[in-house]
Amino acid sequence: MKNSRPQTAHYFPRDRSWHPKAYDPGYKSSVLRSPQRPLVAFPNTLSETTGPAFGHNIIGTLDNDMTLNFAQPGMSAIGERIVVQGRVLDERGQPVPNVLLEFWQANAGGRYRHKKDGYLAPLDPNFGGCGRTISGDDGSYAFRTIRPGPYPWPNGPNDWRPAHIHISVFGQAFAQRLITQMYFEGDPLISRCPIVRTINDPAAIETLVARLDMDASAPMDSLTYRFDVILRGSRSTLFENRLEGN
Amino acid sequence: MNKATHNPLYPLKESPSQTAGPYVHIGLTPNFSGIAGVYNQDLGIAMVNDKTKGERITLEGRVFDGSGTPLSDVLVEIWQADADGLHNSPAEPRGTADPAFTGWARCAADAQTGHFRFETIKPGPVPFPDGRMQAPHINIWIVARGINLGLNTRIYFEDEAEANAADPVLGSFEHRDRKATLLAKGGNGKYSHDIHLQGPLETVFFDI
Repeated sequence: MKNSRPQTAHYFPRDRSWHPKAYDPGYKSSVLRSPQRPLVAFPNTLSETTGPAFGHNIIGTLDNDMTLNFAQPGMSAIGERIVVQGRVLDERGQPVPNVLLEFWQANAGGRYRHKKDGYLAPLDPNFGGCGRTISGDDGSYAFRTIRPGPYPWPNGPNDWRPAHIHISVFGQAFAQRLITQMYFEGDPLISRCPIVRTINDPAAIETLVARLDMDASAPMDSLTYRFDVILRGSRSTLFENRLEGN
Repeated sequence: MNKATHNPLYPLKESPSQTAGPYVHIGLTPNFSGIAGVYNQDLGIAMVNDKTKGERITLEGRVFDGSGTPLSDVLVEIWQADADGLHNSPAEPRGTADPAFTGWARCAADAQTGHFRFETIKPGPVPFPDGRMQAPHINIWIVARGINLGLNTRIYFEDEAEANAADPVLGSFEHRDRKATLLAKGGNGKYSHDIHLQGPLETVFFDI
């Protein structure tokens, strides 16, 4: 696997005003689970600028297709068939190739296949709700699924999660490790959601909203939503490395 | 665009984090969560095999919230160097790490007790950027419902007092007594380490 990121790579600091704050009483679970003391900063070391790599050999043929990977032979999950595709890029706009993306979501009725989910919407016997893939050389990735349903959750008196897909991403460095959620263009529940609203900046929220891409959609098959995942960028010191950059 | 923070030199900003939520196990440890047959096995359940070099250790602990209750739905990942201080990563520039050691593992806490447990090795030394040596440490990343952005901290070893005393990260704390929050207790291959998200014992978390 090609990767020549140098020892002197340092990742851009996380913009803590762009990310959600740890403590947000609107999202009640965060109240007792948010550190209160300031974070301690130190320069990236190799413990932070390295990270695990996963080979394409771990990926099964149906891992990137949630409509089929839990379904009985000849069956598929119920719901609006969609493809989510995009690229993994860093903050400099460079593709991040060969990194593992993992996805999980509720079924079309808004129910998770999880013992802690007691929502009255039914389970779909042909839908598990997990998928994964590895980004290509150009950072691109894609997976097929069904559009998840929104669902109510115990927080405020009547809080609903907008339709969303959880996305976990590895980068080339453990410092880039990220979990986020992808929302769907036009969903009126996005702006009402206390978890979405842990993010203060409307421009940041916009970057988590997948766009319908009619031109990429397959006629008589599925709609395509486009969603790019952006990981932290890095700098490296001139002269200690290749002049052409890395 | 966010005028306060947007840097025109770099057109993109990191995707903002969102909580892993209560159903993180479906995505990251589906077999553990009862979704069998999609993946052969959950990723990151074994770091070592019988060829792995180094001192075998077990590391066990819990993550506590501000009321002193262990999180039974937390998921943790660890990342560390091999016995020689090398990382099993394409981004490791100093050499090839022990191929029999992955350096990375993932553990969903026990749904009843909240315990996480890893079988690994004592990591070798890894240099700080200025060339000083860091004490043996394991990087740990913590996600769960209620955690809006994954938390980064480290685990050091109580029985490495000399190395810990010279460690550039541990030595940088303004409040020296907080060092103790990063020290795993034990020895002879068995360590325990609890993490406190809040309270008087709050663990040091890093902005790495």
